[in-house]
Amino acid sequence: MAAIETTGLAKDYRVGFWRPRPYRALHGLTLTVESGEVFGFLGPNGAGKTTTLKLLMQLIYPTAGTASILGRPLGDLEMKRRIGYLPENPYFYDYLTAEELLGYFAGLFGYKGADRKVRVDRLLDEVGLGAERRMQLRKFSKGMVQRVGLAQALINDPEVIFLDEPMSGLDPLGRKDVRGLILRLRDQGRTVFFSSHILSDAETLCSRIAIVAKGNLMASGTLSDLVTAQRNGWDIVIDGLAQAPAAGGALRKVTSLAPGRFVIDAQPTADPLDLVRALTAGGGRLVSINPVHDTLEDLFVRQVDQAAGTDRFGGAEPMGKSA
Amino acid sequence: MSAMVSVPTVARIAANVFKESVRDKVLYSIVLFAVIVIAASLLLGQLTAGQEVKIIKDLGLAAISLFGHFIAIFIGIGLVSKEVERRSIYALLAKPMSRAELVLGKYCGLVSTLTVNVVVMTAALVVVLAIYGATVEPQIRNTWEAPAVDPALATAAFLTLVELSVVTAIAICFSTFTSPVLAAAFTVGLVIAGQFSADLKNFEHIVDNHAATWLLNALYYVLPNLAPFDVKAQVVHAQPVTPTYVLLTTGYGALYVSALLALATLFFSRRDFK
Repeated sequence: MAAIETTGLAKDYRVGFWRPRPYRALHGLTLTVESGEVFGFLGPNGAGKTTTLKLLMQLIYPTAGTASILGRPLGDLEMKRRIGYLPENPYFYDYLTAEELLGYFAGLFGYKGADRKVRVDRLLDEVGLGAERRMQLRKFSKGMVQRVGLAQALINDPEVIFLDEPMSGLDPLGRKDVRGLILRLRDQGRTVFFSSHILSDAETLCSRIAIVAKGNLMASGTLSDLVTAQRNGWDIVIDGLAQAPAAGGALRKVTSLAPGRFVIDAQPTADPLDLVRALTAGGGRLVSINPVHDTLEDLFVRQVDQAAGTDRFGGAEPMGKSA
Repeated sequence: MSAMVSVPTVARIAANVFKESVRDKVLYSIVLFAVIVIAASLLLGQLTAGQEVKIIKDLGLAAISLFGHFIAIFIGIGLVSKEVERRSIYALLAKPMSRAELVLGKYCGLVSTLTVNVVVMTAALVVVLAIYGATVEPQIRNTWEAPAVDPALATAAFLTLVELSVVTAIAICFSTFTSPVLAAAFTVGLVIAGQFSADLKNFEHIVDNHAATWLLNALYYVLPNLAPFDVKAQVVHAQPVTPTYVLLTTGYGALYVSALLALATLFFSRRDFK
């Protein structure tokens, strides 16, 4: 069973004071996240990541489309017992201590007495706040609040955890801790859906990713599928050539490495065998030939650029102006 | 609605609101109240002859009501809007609870705070009156219409609490769909109008226009009628406040609160938290 499913999920906001116009923040998002996956929901600021998470948490209501979590409709209380959520830049009641806040949230799940205390203590230790458990949250740094946020998202041992920018506000050590935590959750078979614009986190953690830009789903799949599928050239090293091959046609760029030795950047559409045959015909010797693949960053930038430059992806435009 | 509402969840939210009031030093108002009542009784003891107890009762009950209104309005409007503005509502609504439970929990939490406030302030007033009564000579005491420590004080305090419950519901209802400033303005306006809404009924005798009469009648039924909750004058002057009156007035308050909370839940349940 899919852990999360969305079908044609869309959200319009009304913008403008005197004459409010609809602004489409999310365009018909259709997505499936399987159980046990760490799913990275990537996109630049304003791409629709937080809107999607808020829709899934029913903090806002969709203009169109449907979604389900663990096979149940959004807002279902039984489903809510089985999920956890860390909002972006979370804020919690600053008059409470970390211990009291987690105790309060644990109580909302029906945990009582010793069970509640054990749960709270364990989680505070796990996020590195064991020593600060009796400190009021108003004295916490941003990173400490983020850690409390992570702890409250896990208070009910959720099957599906939604994390909106979980690394936000954390120092390098904190980020390492959170990465470790997400990997532990994955090893326990939990589903983690996290939004981020930090690509290295996605590369380290995710089994699958989706890229959104301007409210549109631009790509989704496993990292290896998405990145490998996007071959963008051939990298050929030839030795023993009397003179450099002329750039042009299939050869995008020729660079001299040493006398007689050249590295050639060839078009991805070119046949590699034909290229090697042509380059070695004049007495050259093939040293290596490798396909050049995109990095996640290349893929991300290209998808975001495509969303920005194409009329059909009119997320930033008021409705009616886009095609 | 009852099928959707979990009492333990509402109770936990209410307990958290109460804790917030305590931590934010709302209950310090009790100390201020005690100081005002004690200072007033000492001062009035020097200035007035024979009327001191009436004045202390009147002043004390008025102060209970005034402090209560400040708390009900200015904390009431912030209960929901502060959650939304500070975004603490995001993590909260992801927990297994409905928006109706959140509204009810917030309401019950503030009413609990108000109850503690009213009970402790009334107790403080009774203590001051008891001490004052014990220090006065018997011949002066015999001229009083009612004893210093009069059980009717509890009736007046109780009806004040019911009134404050209605005011809290008004504040929460407005805060579910408008900004805190507007919610405060609307609530204060409605509370003031509520003190005089009974007069709207009398307009049909002086206004000739049928449409205006109809409109004023409609307003009379829609606006809260808060005047019946104020029995200070009766209590101070030892006029009876019958149990039937208390029961009917409380029933009216409960109905009005139910309607307002249902409306608040309706508004809040449809709201997007952007």
